Amino acid sequence: MRSKSRFALLLAAVAFAASVPARASLGGDTASVRDDQAKLQGALQTTTNGTYTVHEIQAASGIVVREYVSPSGAVFAVTWHGPRHPDLRQVLGAYFDPFTQAVQAQRAVRHGLGPRVIQQAGFTVVLSGHMGALSGTAYLPQSFPAGIRAEEIR
Amino acid sequence: MRTLTARIFPALGLMAVLALASGCGSSASSSSGGSQNNGGGGGGGSTSNTQPIAVNFGPLPNSGYADAAFTSVTLCSPGSSTNCQTISGVLVDTGSFGLRILSSALTIPLPQQNDGSGNPIAECGAFASGVTWGPVQTADIKIAGEVASSIPIQIIGSANFPTVPADCSSQGAPMDNLASLGANGILGVGQSIQDCGAACASGNPLGAYYTCPSSGCTDTTESVAMQVQNPVASFATDNNGVIVELPAVSTPTATLSGSLIFGIGTQSNNGLGTATVFGTDDFGDFSSSYNSTSYVGFLDSGSNGVFFLDSTILAVAVCPDQTFLYCPSSTETFTLKNTAQAGGASGSVTVTVGNGDALTQGDNAAIPGLAGPLTQPGLPTMVDYGLPFFFGRNVYTAFVGKSTPGGTGPYTAY
Repeated sequence: MRSKSRFALLLAAVAFAASVPARASLGGDTASVRDDQAKLQGALQTTTNGTYTVHEIQAASGIVVREYVSPSGAVFAVTWHGPRHPDLRQVLGAYFDPFTQAVQAQRAVRHGLGPRVIQQAGFTVVLSGHMGALSGTAYLPQSFPAGIRAEEIR
Repeated sequence: MRTLTARIFPALGLMAVLALASGCGSSASSSSGGSQNNGGGGGGGSTSNTQPIAVNFGPLPNSGYADAAFTSVTLCSPGSSTNCQTISGVLVDTGSFGLRILSSALTIPLPQQNDGSGNPIAECGAFASGVTWGPVQTADIKIAGEVASSIPIQIIGSANFPTVPADCSSQGAPMDNLASLGANGILGVGQSIQDCGAACASGNPLGAYYTCPSSGCTDTTESVAMQVQNPVASFATDNNGVIVELPAVSTPTATLSGSLIFGIGTQSNNGLGTATVFGTDDFGDFSSSYNSTSYVGFLDSGSNGVFFLDSTILAVAVCPDQTFLYCPSSTETFTLKNTAQAGGASGSVTVTVGNGDALTQGDNAAIPGLAGPLTQPGLPTMVDYGLPFFFGRNVYTAFVGKSTPGGTGPYTAY
């Protein structure tokens, strides 16, 4: 992978899982990253590459979630990998219900356990991997920082 | 949006498919669980280790489910030779671990697994495209002449466990009925012996296993032995791995017949021959490179296409409306190099990429060359060798920790 990024700031692992936040990640603000961290009970590491900030949450479960925040403070993309998908209701926020509805609609016409791409107006979710090693990415094409294309995020 | 299914509107082919899919029946009638499926086992006196499989549209009428291999499995209540049922239309999946059966396909009662407090255990099976939710029950599994006695399986979509806990439904959209699964069950025969392993047995629950008192289901740990088990690893013999054998096919074909062979190097019909062994991690991953760039690769019969790299890397267009498929103007081939997970064995393979729109025009379940992109911004791309890769190959899966003539598993070989 490219970039041992310019600087890394390691914050302590916090585990105040009790309070389930209402705010959510994708499309949310920087504070929503902290909510995700709490929900995932993970250690947070933040890096910036000058154009956007990446908040990486490493959960004890082995799931790694990376959230991409634009200069305007909006989470425009989220990726994850690990033994299972993370709490997508938390990570996708308002996009979770339309996402699951789109998956169900797609299944009605195309079956299979393999990867799945959900492209809806305003957001895209890709699910991949296989049992024991799952990954995914979700992003808001219209919210990308100026000059950054989806395939450029790392 | 036009879809794969829309383009495979079944007509005459469906009749043949249904005939095949129902060939083994799904009645609750008794079966001795071995004599009906002899496809040519090993030498005299050996257990029959060959189970027929078929690439067809599966048990869901009008499914258009291409490039998926189905088989039948006989379940018995543990220790019973009469309380048995043979269930057809079960997906053969080298990308998962353990047997899962749709509640709607099951007509015999099986004992429920309970925790130490007597509360039922249920599971959230985690697949790329969604979750399977339902109770863990115990059954004797009979396939060909092999028997796995009293092992945990998952029952999907049970009426007794109607509410998917939020911790499970948050991991993806449930596949809980025939319409969403397109199969009567999933026979997971990948490298792992259990479907979670040590990670689910202690520490913080991972959202995999649940204890279900009347107040509702909550996350719990589950010992390795109680987890849903890869049934083949529990066979008395031929339990170190499987071979998926499907013939080569050059053009889309209505159906295709092949075999699921149990054991590697245990009988005269399951030797490694000239296959190359690629060591994998416990879940089947190895390394696959294209133009000197390395990616994660795996062989997954449950993926109904070869999904790999992307349109930019391969310089191939995706189909205009079926954007999950590649659409080159004429069939192209790409050479990749597969390497064992920990280095060592490597070998080149050729992946054929046909025009997805043209390939999916007819009523054909076995489609060679069906391939699509795996574009995932922010993540390393992958090489998911789905069922079309299996056509014309004998694909070996060796289980974790099991000894074989090709070394100790886990590995994949072809």
